Amino acid sequence: MQEVTPARPLWHVILVRPETMTFVLLIAAVVVASQLSPYFLDISYILRSFTLSAEFAIVALVLTMVIIAGEIDLSPAANMALSACLFAWAQASGIPMPVAIGIGLLAGLAMGALNAFMVIALQLPSIIVTIGTLTLFRGLAQIIAGDKSIRVPDWFIGIDKILVFGIPMPVVIFVLAAFVLGLILAGTIFGRQIYQVGTNEVAARYAGIRTRRIKLVLFLLMGLVAAVAGMMTASRLGSVRYDLGLGGELQMVLMAMLGGTYIFGGRGTILGTFLAAWLLVVVSTGMTVANLLPAIQLTVLGVLLIVAIIATNFIYSRTQR
Amino acid sequence: MTESAPLLLARGVTKAFAGVTVLRDVDLDLHKGEIHALLGENGAGKSTFAKIVAGVHRPTRGKLSLNGRQVDISSPLVAQKLGVTLIHQEPISFPDLSVAENLVLGQGEQGWFSRVPWAEMTREARRQMDQLGVSIDVTKPMRGLSIADQQMVEIGRALASGSRLIIMDEPTAPLTPKEVDTLFGIVRRLRGEGRTIIFISHRLEEVRALCDRVTIFRDGSKVATDAIENLDDAEIIRLMIGRPLKEYMHKHNASIGEVALEVEGLTLPGRFQDVSFQVRRGEIVGLGGLVGAGRTDVACAIFGIQPAESGSLKVNGKTVDIRQPDDAIALGLAFVPEDRAVSGIFRTLSVEQNITAAIPGRIAPRGFIRRAIEKLLAADSVRKLRIRLASVNQPIGELSGGNQQKAILARWLLAEPGILILDEPTRGIDIGVKAEFYDIIGELAEQGRAILLISSELPELLALCDRILVMAEGRLTAEIPRAEATQEKVMQAAVPRQQAGIAA
Ligand SMILES: Nc1ncnc2c1ncn2[C@@H]1O[C@H](COP(=O)(O)OP(=O)(O)OP(=O)(O)O)[C@@H](O)[C@H]1O
Ligand SMILES: [Mg+2]
Repeated sequence: MQEVTPARPLWHVILVRPETMTFVLLIAAVVVASQLSPYFLDISYILRSFTLSAEFAIVALVLTMVIIAGEIDLSPAANMALSACLFAWAQASGIPMPVAIGIGLLAGLAMGALNAFMVIALQLPSIIVTIGTLTLFRGLAQIIAGDKSIRVPDWFIGIDKILVFGIPMPVVIFVLAAFVLGLILAGTIFGRQIYQVGTNEVAARYAGIRTRRIKLVLFLLMGLVAAVAGMMTASRLGSVRYDLGLGGELQMVLMAMLGGTYIFGGRGTILGTFLAAWLLVVVSTGMTVANLLPAIQLTVLGVLLIVAIIATNFIYSRTQR
Repeated sequence: MTESAPLLLARGVTKAFAGVTVLRDVDLDLHKGEIHALLGENGAGKSTFAKIVAGVHRPTRGKLSLNGRQVDISSPLVAQKLGVTLIHQEPISFPDLSVAENLVLGQGEQGWFSRVPWAEMTREARRQMDQLGVSIDVTKPMRGLSIADQQMVEIGRALASGSRLIIMDEPTAPLTPKEVDTLFGIVRRLRGEGRTIIFISHRLEEVRALCDRVTIFRDGSKVATDAIENLDDAEIIRLMIGRPLKEYMHKHNASIGEVALEVEGLTLPGRFQDVSFQVRRGEIVGLGGLVGAGRTDVACAIFGIQPAESGSLKVNGKTVDIRQPDDAIALGLAFVPEDRAVSGIFRTLSVEQNITAAIPGRIAPRGFIRRAIEKLLAADSVRKLRIRLASVNQPIGELSGGNQQKAILARWLLAEPGILILDEPTRGIDIGVKAEFYDIIGELAEQGRAILLISSELPELLALCDRILVMAEGRLTAEIPRAEATQEKVMQAAVPRQQAGIAA
């Protein structure tokens, strides 16, 4: 009896990897953009543009893990605003800086805990829960800050001006975060179980995996990282308003989706989201240097997203038939 | 059997997945009005052939003709229009819609915005169910139905769309003996109406009772087609596995030790009441009864999936509190669940990851997964249980049903449990592997492990177990030692009280 049959060819394995399409698009975008404008290939320009969305990109890395686990969190941008507002308000009312930072981070954690409580303990769908909390957090931020902007101390301003080997600090943090989270997701039991929970939560429970604990950790991490991102934004902008990071949740979801993360869970990688973040920056800077209207830019992004999703799904389903 | 022109003619049907050929040059004729069995080992290609005929897969090569006309069955919808219906092993209808909606769905030619004629639909659905001779409330959602009733709805749907060829892939696996009888009655009636049925099963006695002709697959090729009378069991098995079956179901001789698992007054209202029993080390205790008697619920309670409300559990003499499966695993318990698609496999993840899912500590001694260790463990299991696959990196969903089951079994054997609970572990497993599997269970008992075997297959219980417990309607109704165990005794205890009077 013949037991061993040949494994599928390597090109096949690579083609169905979720981030392949992102990588191809990234290369294409770089080639096209450098044709459009000679300025484009100026690396420091791209890096500087990246700092504008680095905070969202950092949160998108964690969001990727949440989505792989079969949940979603749409509240992090509002979380960024609320924790930044709390922090700015605290230090403006005379509380020492380290304590104020602590308040901001704790607030972020608490917001993550609130989401976790409703999703895990009350078993409500995370999409509904986080649409609710997104509105709630933004509203609270507005109550705290009104429509004024709260200034932060001068020494706190300018995280994007700090260069490490010529690379802006937010970019360095993003790369480091991607590295660490990528390692966790791909190389540890925790990461492995995130995929298993997202693929089949019931089977995960039967296999002795603590599905609730995994989700709790992810929502808490999400809250904490969003708070950090909120304060990074505050440092970059020099002041905090209630509308900090407004609409950011869509950019984050966009990055995860473009990176090949499957919206229903179980599939996706940190590398994919990492590449997608760069892809978005390359495309939008490319379009800016080529003097495209902002309205057209948005349309291009939309088309890009749809192309990426259709392409990955098409390739994936073809290999299944 | 009519000897008119064949209904379906398959010629040179070949199927390869990503370069791996799983079906090779299959020629097959199906007559009108026959029940035709497909037999073969796990992974022999039965389901793949069925799916090709039903338009789920497209053949790599080969031709199909229906009624003498060559057809290209490019999708399940085309198949339905041609009068071919596949009834999957796991019914895949719309669980939240009502029976009536499921029955009538997609049949009318109404426009998108036309009103749904509810009253008419319900009446039509009721008529269809009456025709089948089953009593199902058609206004109830599918979710609440038993698997047998869900199957009936699928059959009803096939009839409503006027199917001439109905393919049933292991329909009897989850059914009680009585439900099997009902199903057989209906299938015979369908044959009487001139329809053709393809029947896939691993149970030879069912095939003998029901089918006119059989086709046997081995390693993706058709090795024989013949009338069932012309083949005896030994011949069929030889054709299926290419060698005679070794003697199996012999009793092992483990020495029985202390009590490993003790259950005392376990109760979960609505599911089971006051269940008490013991399982000793080296002992195989059977848990028999009809589907729905509460056996799975008891197992789930012990393993912490749905803990009982009252009663106590002792493991190795110590009272324990098991709140979740994790606690149970830490105490050395393992549980192979009955419904592998829902509670067993991670369909899109690799076979390797599926096999090692319950032993995180061993594949990642210091938190980081050691691929080399994982590969070794998985490859070892694949060899031991003879899991048939292209690569351990393949998604487990691509394996045949029986091979998925073996992978889940492998997962729990790797955990080296002291107490092993098996819920219908041989469902969907072929005869050859079953024999090996019984050997493995015997060996585990000899190593001093305690085994609780839930099974609806009486011969299996009688041959393997030191003691047989029987449940009916959530209560233990009998405890029969090996020496006194007979089919009749087990069946008698398994039949619910109210029905017992009527049935007698
Ligand atoms: N989508 C797929 N991709 C790759 N290989 C597949 C796919 N579907 C089936 N196979 C392979 O084809 C072979 C035949 O599978 P099939 O499901 O037809 O077996 P079977 O005879 O129905 O077995 P069982 O009795 O276990 O249900 C198996 O080796 C299986 O791994
Ligand atoms: Mg099959």
